[in-house]
Amino acid sequence: MTDVLGWLCIIAGVVFNVLGCLGLVRFPDLYNRMQATTKSVTLGTCGILFGIFLMSGFDELGVKALVAVLFVLINLPVASHALARGSLVFGVKMWTKTVRDDFSRDRGEAPAIEEQEQ
Amino acid sequence: MTILFVVLVLGAFFAPYRVLRGPSIPDRVIAVDVISVMFTSLTALMGLRYRLAYLLDLSIALAIVSFVGTLALAKYLEKRSLDD
Repeated sequence: MTDVLGWLCIIAGVVFNVLGCLGLVRFPDLYNRMQATTKSVTLGTCGILFGIFLMSGFDELGVKALVAVLFVLINLPVASHALARGSLVFGVKMWTKTVRDDFSRDRGEAPAIEEQEQ
Repeated sequence: MTILFVVLVLGAFFAPYRVLRGPSIPDRVIAVDVISVMFTSLTALMGLRYRLAYLLDLSIALAIVSFVGTLALAKYLEKRSLDD
C-alpha cells in the first residue's frame, strides 16, 4: 500500500518537474517563468523526496529524505522571492500584457511594464 | 525506474536553453537554480534505486548550496541597476 502511494508520489513529482522545466522555456517574461518553475519544481521535488520516504519508511534513507523535503520547501520559495524582488529593483520589465504592478506603485515609481510594440 | 531517470534528465535539458539565451541575468540565475534542483531530485532517486543513503546527503547539500548562491546573486542584483 505505501509502496503504491510512494510510486504515485514519485511519478507525479517527475511530471511536475518536467512541466516546470517546460515552463522555463515557454513563458513570456521573467516573472511568469519564475512562478512556473518555482511552484511546480518545488512541488515536484518534494513529491519525489516524500515518495522516497513512503517507500523506505523510517530508516536512514527515509529520514534523510524528510530532512531534504524540509530544506527544499523552505529554501526554494525564499530564494525565488528574493530573486524576484532583486530583479524588479534591477530593472527587468514585466510582459506587455501585465495588468498592474503594486510593488512599483508602493515604492512610488512608474510601473515596470514593458511598452506595447506597434 | 529507468524511464523516470530518462524523463527527468530530458526535462533538465530544457533549462540550459534559458541559461544560454535568457535575455537578462536573473533569467540565467533562475535557470541554474532549476538545474540544481533537478539534480537534487535526480540524486535522491538514485539513492532510492541503489539503496545508498549518502546520495541523499548529496541532495541536501546541493539544495543548501543552490539556496545560498541564489540569495547572494539576488542581493547583488538589488544593489546594482541595469544602467551601469
